[in-house]
Amino acid sequence: MDGQTETHPNYVKIWGILLVLLVVSVLGPMIGIKAITLITAFGIGIVKAFLVAAHFMHLNIEKRLICYLLIVVLLFLLVLFAGVAPDVMRKEGQNWRHSSEILPSPLD
Amino acid sequence: MAFQTPQATSRSVTGIPTGRLAIWWVLASEIVIFGGLVTCYLLLRLHHVEWAEEASHTSTPAGAFNTFVLLTSSLFVVLAHRAVTEGNREKAFKFLWYTIAMGGVFLGVKAYEYTTEIVHGYTLTSSVFWSFYYTATGLHGLHVIAGMVIMGIISFSVRKGENLQRVEYIGIYWHFVDVVWIFLFPLFYIAK
Repeated sequence: MDGQTETHPNYVKIWGILLVLLVVSVLGPMIGIKAITLITAFGIGIVKAFLVAAHFMHLNIEKRLICYLLIVVLLFLLVLFAGVAPDVMRKEGQNWRHSSEILPSPLD
Repeated sequence: MAFQTPQATSRSVTGIPTGRLAIWWVLASEIVIFGGLVTCYLLLRLHHVEWAEEASHTSTPAGAFNTFVLLTSSLFVVLAHRAVTEGNREKAFKFLWYTIAMGGVFLGVKAYEYTTEIVHGYTLTSSVFWSFYYTATGLHGLHVIAGMVIMGIISFSVRKGENLQRVEYIGIYWHFVDVVWIFLFPLFYIAK
């Protein structure tokens, strides 16, 4: 439609690829090796999301502005992760103590 | 393809139709909502290896089947979009309702999962893991319901030949819901 070229790829073929990737992402973790689990579950998840975004959501032919918008939003998430991670994941610091050492855990 | 649309819909500085630009803005805010939730879950999950035991109680076959259902629903809604661009409104109507039906199957499976888990004592307040599980999948389920309702409304206007561009917009939203599930599936069903 407006701003896009009205050519449609073979959607059924892309769907078939997505299903193959789904099978791999389910079977991969059954091997029981952590690295393979991470690659097959999360790595393939990213590939699946990319295929859906590029071909079904037509990001591959969408104006660049939309890609920039999405990248900025994803960067916000990275900032959130980086900002909170030190407090949540590290138990020790030079001039501070983790809250779990001061306050009782809500799970206790 | 010529649509009879209000001026605000066709007017755009960016070169992107206003409606489509609006749906992308909605999705940008949705990314922050779901992304924030997933980020917090990841932070805690990496720190609490013992959550793997709790995650082992979710049903991988049910999650995998629901992934298949949503991927297939994404195919149907993009075929509805193609049908509209080809001028075949009846075909688009049909594919929109196939998509809604797949949304119904997804919710049915999710309801079965929730029932089984609650019966076994895994509720929203059982632990932090289960709180994340019900919050993330529940919020996702609400988006599925919203998408189904909006798609149903759009399908009838499509049949009348009105606002055909909305098929593409609801499609973009629906694919996003699919993408969210693509990430929730390994997080809650596979990483054990």
